[in-house]
Formats: sequence, structure tokens, C-alpha cells
Amino acid sequence: MGMTITQKILAAHAGLDKVVPGQLIEANLDLVLGNDITTPVAVNEFRKTGFNKVFDTKKVAIVPDHFTPNKDIKAAEQCKLIREFSYEMDIENYFEIGEMGIEHCLIPEKGLAVPGDLIIGADSHTCTYGALGAFATGIGSTDMAAGMATGKAWFKVPPAIKFNLKGKLQGWVSGKDVILHIIGMIGVDGALYKSMEFVGEGLSSLSMDDRFTMANMAIEAGAKNGIFLVDDKTIEYVKEHSNREYKVYSPDADAVYEKEYEIDLSKIRPTVAFPHLPDNTRTIDESGDVNIDQVVIGSCTNGRISDIRVAAKILKGRKVKKGIRCLVFPGTQKIYLQSLEEGLVKDIVEAGAVFSTPTCGPCLGGHMGILAKGERAVSTTNRNFVGRMGHTESEVYLASPAVAAASAITGKITDPDKI
Amino acid sequence: MENIAPDLRRKTMKAKGKVFKYNDNVDTDVIIPARHLNTSDPKELAVHCMEDIDKDFVKKVQPGDIIVANRNFGCGSSREHAPIAIKASGISCVIATSFARIFYRNSVNIGLPILECEEAVKGIEAGDEVEVDFDTGTITNITKGKTFKAQPFPEFMQRIIKAEGLMNYISEK
Ligand code: SF4
Repeated sequence: MGMTITQKILAAHAGLDKVVPGQLIEANLDLVLGNDITTPVAVNEFRKTGFNKVFDTKKVAIVPDHFTPNKDIKAAEQCKLIREFSYEMDIENYFEIGEMGIEHCLIPEKGLAVPGDLIIGADSHTCTYGALGAFATGIGSTDMAAGMATGKAWFKVPPAIKFNLKGKLQGWVSGKDVILHIIGMIGVDGALYKSMEFVGEGLSSLSMDDRFTMANMAIEAGAKNGIFLVDDKTIEYVKEHSNREYKVYSPDADAVYEKEYEIDLSKIRPTVAFPHLPDNTRTIDESGDVNIDQVVIGSCTNGRISDIRVAAKILKGRKVKKGIRCLVFPGTQKIYLQSLEEGLVKDIVEAGAVFSTPTCGPCLGGHMGILAKGERAVSTTNRNFVGRMGHTESEVYLASPAVAAASAITGKITDPDKI
Repeated sequence: MENIAPDLRRKTMKAKGKVFKYNDNVDTDVIIPARHLNTSDPKELAVHCMEDIDKDFVKKVQPGDIIVANRNFGCGSSREHAPIAIKASGISCVIATSFARIFYRNSVNIGLPILECEEAVKGIEAGDEVEVDFDTGTITNITKGKTFKAQPFPEFMQRIIKAEGLMNYISEK
């Protein structure tokens, strides 16, 4: 029985020739990541257990992004704690305000994730780096503490589901619509404990940004990881961003998949996830009249340069409807600067939208864009749980940057083709 | 909030208490909303545990009580604050049809026992008194006089839970 991409990476990092689903292994880590919410808990555990150095000062990354720029005194204390820890431990990849970004936009951009890596992050959307052909998965603070101390983590080898992509995306349709479509199809626990592996000739038409968006939301189907077959586009991206060595893994011809789906990209329509679960999806054609109060464009799902470009293209020369708040959050400082240089910020601000410093802020109802009781938002983020962006009686509709920007102009959920 | 469980180092691998019951897909945003994540103090987190889905939880929970839920319990964020809040609120065990995987890992790693058992979930109602034996995976509904059998933890995870968490386990190793 052959191995999947994921199983091969796990075997290689556990020093084994072969692994099978269900097997418990201990594997070596290439990167251990944490943010300002999860790292303080990890630091306490790390210190309590008596460790005084991290296993490798190059292989730990700490990114304050959730409640930063510090939203209140408690958040400031948490950030101070992780800043001091990072300095004390000589952690090279600690990113202060000014050089930071939302962790899952930042890590690939800084070249800290490459094909074949095994990465754990104390943030559920760590699965984003699967776009690069790495095994990357979210864990909690205690795993982060143990990972920082020992450079190892325990895993149960997952079975996998294969998504065979064919065809080409049409019009405004993007990776976000593809992954929403898939989650709608298999459900929020449709890939529970499993790998989602994306292969097929359709891959070549997906940009790296599309792939990051798709891998990002693997967790919304309950998956352990989402991973893409490495192709020329991946290699080009990696060479541009990193000089680390990488290793490309492909599935064996006789690799076993629990299920296989064929996805025709050319058939996918702009897709919206209605409250209060990411699998509650409808195509834009079935969405009906939904009036909104706020639009959020950004996050680790859709805060990359191509997302900002799409938003600017739609907003340019138009006006955000009176009474609607439209907030645009670039994923990193580099994307911020690029947006400035390309004139995108001007288009966005002239349309009457806000252009913010990189932060998770509104995505998790943290700060800078909280919803009041009864309010509705269209958001390019990844979760629409009860209370996610504010009041428990507010509503979040997940969509692509194109749908979100179009909706900002009309004040209701709108097909970007119809404005 | 007086009902914070003492930090039991688990000598007996057993739990007993009254049941709080929930449905599918209880996510980490309702277990502990992000607005409270500017702290990591278990006692402070416990005060807000489940507040967006069950306002009475914190008022009613007693040390030893048990949460029973349907599918995909703990989905969403990787915040360990979720199992920490549950554990600090006094809950001794969570039984569900299935768990989201990061929640599962985090619970094992902090020493909060959790069990998957669909039959038990079907055969237990809110308010029932339930006893769980982790060594054997036996779940007894004392109120209804029924017994169910969950898969016990693999030995590796039993060792982590017995050590009261991963960090103790690796430092003992
Ligand atoms: S942008 Fe949202 S989903 Fe992404 S890391 Fe930040 S809070 Fe989490």
C-alpha cells in the first residue's frame, strides 16, 4: 500500500520508511509557530516545566497579530510577555509591529515554509502552508511549548481525501469560492482527522494566493491538513522567497485515499457561506437579497496582494454605499507597501473604505470592526460562528474579495458581475 | 465562581457527575469567546466558559460534572483556552460523538479526559448522573441504569493524561 503526500512527509520526519493511517509517531519539526494569544500559555508551560532554551533559535516563529497593535492593557501585557521571552531565547523570527503581518500571510512571505517541511503552529490556520507542499497543522499551546523545548511532536498518521481538480476558474471566481464550495459539499466535519490533498491538471490555473486561501480553510472542514502537489508555480514562489533547501513529495501511484472527488473549476460559481457555519453555503445566484452593515476584506484567508487588487479593481471609481462600513486589511507590511505603490490604497480610500495596518482585529471579533447586535457583515475571513465578529446576535457571511467589494457598493450581497 | 476544581493529579482514572448536554459543532468561539482571550488565567477563563451558548453553565456547574455533546465538539480555533476553561470550570470529562482534532489534542495535552462514544451520547440526557472509568472506557448512566463502552485511550495517551499533561510527561521522560 503506497503513501499519500502527507504520509510521506510524516514518515521522513519520523525517520521511518513507511507509516500507515492511525499509527502514532513522534516527528522532528522544521518550524514551531505561535501568536500573541497562544504563545503566553505556551511560555508559562515552557517555564513551569523548567526549560530555559528553545531547541533551535531559527526554527521558532512568534508573531503578535491578533490583538495588535495592542488593543488594551491586558493584550499589551501578553505581547510584552512574548516579546521578552523571544529576546531572552534569542528567537530570530519574532516579528514586531512594523515588520509583522498576519502570521499565515507572513510565514510564507518570509520564506519560513518550504515544500516538504513539517510545521506546527499554535493557531488553527497553520494549515495554510500546505499550499507550498508542506505538512502544516494547527496545535495548541502545550504542543507549542513541547515543540519549542524538544523540536518534536506526536502525531497520529491521518488517512486522506483526494480532490482532483480540473478545468479553469471563470470570471470573478477565486480559490475562496472553490474552498467554500468544497466545505459546503463535505461539511464542517467532512474531513475530520484527515488530510485533504489537492492534485490534478486544474492546479496549474490556480495562483499561489488561490492555493493559500484554499489550504487555509482545510480546518473549516475539520481536516488535519490541506496539501497541494508541488508544481512550477510553487517552485517559483519558493525560490523568490526563500533560500532554504526544500523537498518535493508526490503521492505513490498506489496511495490509498478514503474518498476521491473530482472538482471542475470551470463550473464553480461565486459562493457565500451563510451564518453560522462555513458549510452553510449557497451560490451567489441562490443568495437572494441580504442587506448588510459592514464589509471586511483581509485576514489570513484573503489578505494577500491579489485579494487587495481585486477589491481595488471593483471599488475604483465607485463609492461604498452610504451607511455601509468597508474595512480593508492587508496581510503584511510588505503587502501594505505594495498596495500603496500600485495605487490600490488610493482607489480603496477614495471609494470611502478604510485601509488598515495588518491585524487579525475584526476577523475574530477582537477589535477594529466589532459588530453590534443585529448587524450583518460580508467578510472574506474563514469563520462565521455565533458571535465570531461581535455580538452573539450579529451575522457573518463568508465570501471572496470580489463578492465582498461588490456588496460594499450596493449594501447587499452582490454578484460582482452585476455592478 | 466558587466551583473551580482543585488541580487533581489524577490518581484514580475515574469521573462522576451531572451532565450538561449540547448539540453538534460546539465551536471554540462559544466555549470561550475571543473577547476574553486577552488573558490566559484559567480562573478568569472559567468565569466565561460556554457563556455564548449556555448562560447558566457557569452558575450551575459543580466539580466533577460532565459535558456530553454530539458531533465535532470543539471545532474552530486552536485556542487551548477552550479545554482550559472547561477543565477549570470543574468539568471532569467530555463525552462526544466526535471531537475536532485540535481540541482533542489539546485536551489530552492538558490532561482533560475526553471520550468518543456515539451510543453513550444517545443514551444520556441533560441532568443525568454519569460515571466514567477511563482505564476501561466504561461509561455508566447511573440515572437510567445503562452502561456504554467507549474505546479507551491508546496507552501513549493514557500516560500523558495520567501525568496530567504533555509537559509533565516530557519532563518525566
Ligand atoms: S486572520 Fe483570523 S483566522 Fe487568520 S489567524 Fe487571524 S484571527 Fe485567525
